[in-house]
Amino acid sequence: MGQGLEVINENIYYGAFHAVENVTMSIHKNAITALIGPSGCGKSTFLRTLNRMHEVTPKAYCTGEVLLDGVNLYGKDINLVDVRRQIGMVFQKANPFPTMSIRDNVLAGIRLNHKRLSKTEADDLVEWALQGANLWNEVRDKLSSPGIALSGGQQQRLCIARAVAMHPSVLLMDEPTSALDPISTLAIEDLITELKKEFTIVIVTHNMQQAARCSDYTGFFNVQGNGKPSHLVEFNQTEQLFSNPLQRETDDYISGHFG
Amino acid sequence: MIHTSSTHSTSTFVSRTLCRYADTIFKYITLIAGLIILFILTAVTVFLLIQAAPAMVGDKNQTVWAIRSLSGGRTIHFWTYVGPLIFGTILTSFLALVCALFIALGVALFITQYAPRPLAFILSHVIDLLAAVPSVIFGLWGGLVLVPSTYPFWKWMNTYFGWIPLFSGQASNPPRTVATVSLVLTIMILPIICSMARDIFQQTPVLLKEAALGLGATQWEMIKLAVLPFGKKGVISAAMLGLGRALGETMAVLMILSPGDLYSWKLLVASQNQTIAANIAAQFPESDSAGVSVLIATGLVLFVITFLVNIAAHHLTGNAIHTKQKNNIRHPLCINKQFIRCSETD
Ligand SMILES: Nc1ncnc2c1ncn2[C@@H]1O[C@H](COP(=O)(O)OP(=O)(O)OP(=O)(O)O)[C@@H](O)[C@H]1O
Ligand SMILES: [Mg+2]
Repeated sequence: MGQGLEVINENIYYGAFHAVENVTMSIHKNAITALIGPSGCGKSTFLRTLNRMHEVTPKAYCTGEVLLDGVNLYGKDINLVDVRRQIGMVFQKANPFPTMSIRDNVLAGIRLNHKRLSKTEADDLVEWALQGANLWNEVRDKLSSPGIALSGGQQQRLCIARAVAMHPSVLLMDEPTSALDPISTLAIEDLITELKKEFTIVIVTHNMQQAARCSDYTGFFNVQGNGKPSHLVEFNQTEQLFSNPLQRETDDYISGHFG
Repeated sequence: MIHTSSTHSTSTFVSRTLCRYADTIFKYITLIAGLIILFILTAVTVFLLIQAAPAMVGDKNQTVWAIRSLSGGRTIHFWTYVGPLIFGTILTSFLALVCALFIALGVALFITQYAPRPLAFILSHVIDLLAAVPSVIFGLWGGLVLVPSTYPFWKWMNTYFGWIPLFSGQASNPPRTVATVSLVLTIMILPIICSMARDIFQQTPVLLKEAALGLGATQWEMIKLAVLPFGKKGVISAAMLGLGRALGETMAVLMILSPGDLYSWKLLVASQNQTIAANIAAQFPESDSAGVSVLIATGLVLFVITFLVNIAAHHLTGNAIHTKQKNNIRHPLCINKQFIRCSETD
């Protein structure tokens, strides 16, 4: 079952640089939330605060609260590792473990969880995850070759399979289809539509059609000017946001009159 | 307006041709550098072969006499003479490598993954400094400080771990033993392995580390998933470099070890083993030409051992290159080839 996220008054910093300002947003459970906005407006930055990956960057930190079913992820006795096991992530750049086999890549998360799987269970999981990521047919005969021996788009799909195989309760995806052809893109969209029964999904995308096609809620981020922090301009149900945006800025962006 | 743009394009053209020449020149410079290495290697081999020839194919009688006097009457055959030396060389170096590798990896991981910045900075510099200390200093230190002072420790090892064959026997005092030598060799090769390992660990792509952390890896799991696999090749190279240094180390061994000619595993007992390099240095001054020839033949054996070790290392690291080429992965080497080919055809 998915879990909802509640972001309250979040401010995000890279050292002295204030990257994102004062975001408050409810991410509904078992729904797909899309985040859109121009390049450099802090979508990835925001997304990475949702599973505490942001603080991996030296000197990066954030203030405010992120509640997962009411529990503050930034609370005192929260275990980082548990947070990331519950909230999975697909990164903007594909990052499979290069020397690890394709199969082991898919199972990497499960193994970290110290879950014991029988060989058939593991095989089934690998097949299911790779099917979902539309990669199974291409790699079924070379599951033992290293992750690096795949094309860029295949690597991206492998990373999706790796994240999905963990069955997180929230899945964060940072431009998961940026390197994919239209067919794979549609397959991934089908996958997340299917998965939202099980997970809560947040997806960053530059593809407005994609946001319109598959998301239930959309948030639009924008930045006022160079060096200024960006902020959440509008957050609404996707249909509303695209057909009837409340802010002029949003309207300009989605209709392409931007800048 | 048009005029300026045309001169501009001519000048780009000129600089492009220059670039191409630069490519060719660079290619030949690297080629020459490669040939020089090959030449030196061949020259050394030839030198060793010529010098060692009398001991192998020359006057049998003289060689027999030389070996008998070198071995103190123990044997008259070359291989029975050099056998214990090979054993001693490999034993000391291998012990040193194992110890140094563990410590070096630990320190390198601590510096790159755990230590707060100021501490990492200081440690890093200390290690680089240590790497620059000449081996004779380590030898002196071993001989003047460790030999007189470490006996209680070895005695303790002997008492409590004597049931392990390596630590059995009667611990010698002063400990002019393989154990002390290996300890000094460990300290000697530690900095170089550590500093190379640190450099390679530091280069682990952030992306890879994040992949592991994003799956909910702890720091140590992240190291196992991302840092160690990434650094594996570099660590093996570093280890081989360290091993090479230990295999050929002369002064430290000479100044510490009381030599012997046995195939003995008793690390805590003196006069058990000797290494090839130290043996050459010790015997050389008092040898006649046949003796020198025999010693150089033992040097040739050391050369071959080092060579084999390097081939083994290439197998461990380089084999990956071949399999990778099959899988169509760009390795720096093949990029280089493509690059050269492009610059030729274009
Ligand atoms: N590691 C970092 N250190 C300092 N500043 C950073 C770092 N990463 C990103 N930034 C800054 O934070 C801001 C937001 O970057 P972010 O990567 O979140 O943008 P984005 O919306 O994901 O862009 P894109 O669509 O191009 O991926 C940018 O101004 C960027 O320069
Ligand atoms: Mg981004």
